[in-house]
Amino acid sequence: MTATTQTRNRQEGPRPSTPTARKLRRGRALAGYMFVAPFMIVFLLMFLVPLLYAAYFSLFREQLVGGNVFVGLENYTRAFGDEQLWTGIARVCLFFLIQVPIMLVAALAFALALDTGLVRLKRTTRLGIFVPYAVPGVIATLMWGFLYGPDFGPFAQLAEKIGMSAPDFLGPDLMLGSLANIVFWEFTGYNMVILFAALRSVPTEIYEAAAVDGAGQWRIAWSIKIPALKGALAVCMIFSIIGAFQLFNEPQLMQSLAPTVIDAAYTPNLYAYNLAFVGQEYNYAAAVSFVLGLVILVGSYAFMFATNRRSRR
Amino acid sequence: MNPRFSRRTGLTAALAGPLALAACGRHTVDPPKSVTQDQIDEAMRTPTELNFWTWVPDIEKEVALFQDAYPAISVDIVNAGQGNPHYAKLRTALRAGNGAPDVAQLEFQMIPSFVITEDLLDLGPYGAAAIGDQFVEFAWSQVSGPNGEVWAIPQDTGPMGMLYREDIFQAHGIEVPATWDDFAAAAQRLHEADPEVYLTNFAPSQGAFFAAMLWQAGADPFGGSEGPDLNVDLTSPEAEKVARYWGELSEQDLISVDADFNDQWYQALNKGKYATWIAPAWAPTFLQSAAASTSGLWRVAPLPQWEAGQAVSSNWGGSTSAVMATTRNPIAAAVFAQFINTDPQSTATMANEQFLYPPTKALLEDPAFTGQQLEFYGGQEVNGLFAEIGTTVAPDFQWAPFQDKVYADFTATVGTGVAEKTDAFAAMEAWQARIEEYAKYQGFTVRKP
Repeated sequence: MTATTQTRNRQEGPRPSTPTARKLRRGRALAGYMFVAPFMIVFLLMFLVPLLYAAYFSLFREQLVGGNVFVGLENYTRAFGDEQLWTGIARVCLFFLIQVPIMLVAALAFALALDTGLVRLKRTTRLGIFVPYAVPGVIATLMWGFLYGPDFGPFAQLAEKIGMSAPDFLGPDLMLGSLANIVFWEFTGYNMVILFAALRSVPTEIYEAAAVDGAGQWRIAWSIKIPALKGALAVCMIFSIIGAFQLFNEPQLMQSLAPTVIDAAYTPNLYAYNLAFVGQEYNYAAAVSFVLGLVILVGSYAFMFATNRRSRR
Repeated sequence: MNPRFSRRTGLTAALAGPLALAACGRHTVDPPKSVTQDQIDEAMRTPTELNFWTWVPDIEKEVALFQDAYPAISVDIVNAGQGNPHYAKLRTALRAGNGAPDVAQLEFQMIPSFVITEDLLDLGPYGAAAIGDQFVEFAWSQVSGPNGEVWAIPQDTGPMGMLYREDIFQAHGIEVPATWDDFAAAAQRLHEADPEVYLTNFAPSQGAFFAAMLWQAGADPFGGSEGPDLNVDLTSPEAEKVARYWGELSEQDLISVDADFNDQWYQALNKGKYATWIAPAWAPTFLQSAAASTSGLWRVAPLPQWEAGQAVSSNWGGSTSAVMATTRNPIAAAVFAQFINTDPQSTATMANEQFLYPPTKALLEDPAFTGQQLEFYGGQEVNGLFAEIGTTVAPDFQWAPFQDKVYADFTATVGTGVAEKTDAFAAMEAWQARIEEYAKYQGFTVRKP
């Protein structure tokens, strides 16, 4: 893209700037703005304005008794020292470290397997892996909640039939793993589709050349396909970082099954929600949301920085 | 994983919630000293549209009766969710200054939470001051303010009783416990006889149940609070007694500690895991559909007592109709709230078709209501029993001005403590500490009597 811009500049630069050309250019520029206007308006109204308002709002403290006062950064100082918030952030970090590698490796394996053309019923298989993503997260969580049931869930019943006791999926030790499993089930197919699409755009000549050079399927996967997927994997990774840190639906729904395990601050998002809508601490909830946003930003940048440096080396 | 919009809802909601609070000078009604009948007649003849938020199924029936009586008024019914989601939306709309309903359903325990934010209209001047004696005392005292305000009109109640499985009791020779000591002994006996069955279940996130237990024991943790002065006393001897009782039953593994109102719990009720459900007057109807396979096996008894020979009960749940202070149609809204909850036909429909347990004396003394024999309970006259129990509900129990937060903290402290068999009284202290800290943060002056 840089190359094309440069060529265009070189062409346009020395050309005498006649009034008509200038008018034309201005007209063209205007058209450009018109084209992006619908997006920009919605972006401004629905994204930037609320964001700015929430930022403004996070500088106040409104009490049930005593009204609204400007408190500067007090909500942020509280957030940075809030043990509940940081326990939640640590928890989603752990969730991310366990869940995302497994999910992305599985998605990669499925994509590579489908791309070899050796899998039978390719479309059906692809669809089968993708289908869970089409199931609304709420339904998926309710379904898994039933499957995990300690007394009457199918796993528990099955274990009982063979004289064993099923692990307590909803207990404090396994809950995070149980949630990770739901997210794995929901999103592996989605990531697989991104990776699979990226694989389809690799020119087949490269594979032919590799085959001529005597490379087998494993070697092609390792030396050609996986390097070609670097960009797509990075995208999946960023989405996963954001998704993991914003974990909300699954724990929120599982709360009704295990209220003593999933507390009000189980994940940072759940904490912000409960602060705002149970405790009516709207201002502090806004500050917590910003701190969470900051953590996600730092995490995403750290990841991009690390991968960029490695690829440059 | 980009399109996890659902997951972002939390953050978006947290960000968008405050946005809606851009308090652009909201309009509220200046309550008049009194409203004349002429003014009321005039308002009820003027074409008006009322907005009514409620989650009561088939409320259209009562609304239709109202519209027959007042054809000029049309009522738009909105179901904004049940319980917490309803309150979250209501609060947001009220603070935004527009979009709030004229009339909304409020559970009894939420009334002080909306009074503290000055969101409710005092219905006293609109004729409600004169209708108090139509309601049972404990229901009316829950909607009354300290200076004679009427914050809402009671719609249904939940005096506490005990639903039990007669077949399980008979199979193990257990008598219906009259006192909590009997209850504990029965719990032990039953669990020893059949380790798969528990005498009852203590749901760790059911703050409302625990509040009913405190109420019955004579603890009134927030009693005497007024406006910014908040009393918090969760470590009184009465409260301690209740906490230790349930804590010890759980420690000895004599009761189960499953979360309630979820699929697992419904199955447990159907499969006979719990021999009793300590529950209010709305429970019998609820159970008929939730545990349909156990029809005929259940009976109802009064709540076990702390002292033999006593008859003291409390209340769990029940709702009211409240008029929002932001309404543009205070008279029509106030008349509507009173009509659906006092009109004989409307209240009878609620009680007999929607099975809302009535707070009006007229129905509770009506043999057509109290004498109904319910097949699910072996032909027992359940309504009549609860009507008797209702007369034993202590009228003085006060809710916190942030009761939803109190319940959330209950789950985190006492609920979890009982479930995990840790010291229940220490959990009460933790509950007290959390509420005190929160109340101070919200600007209350906290007093511990």
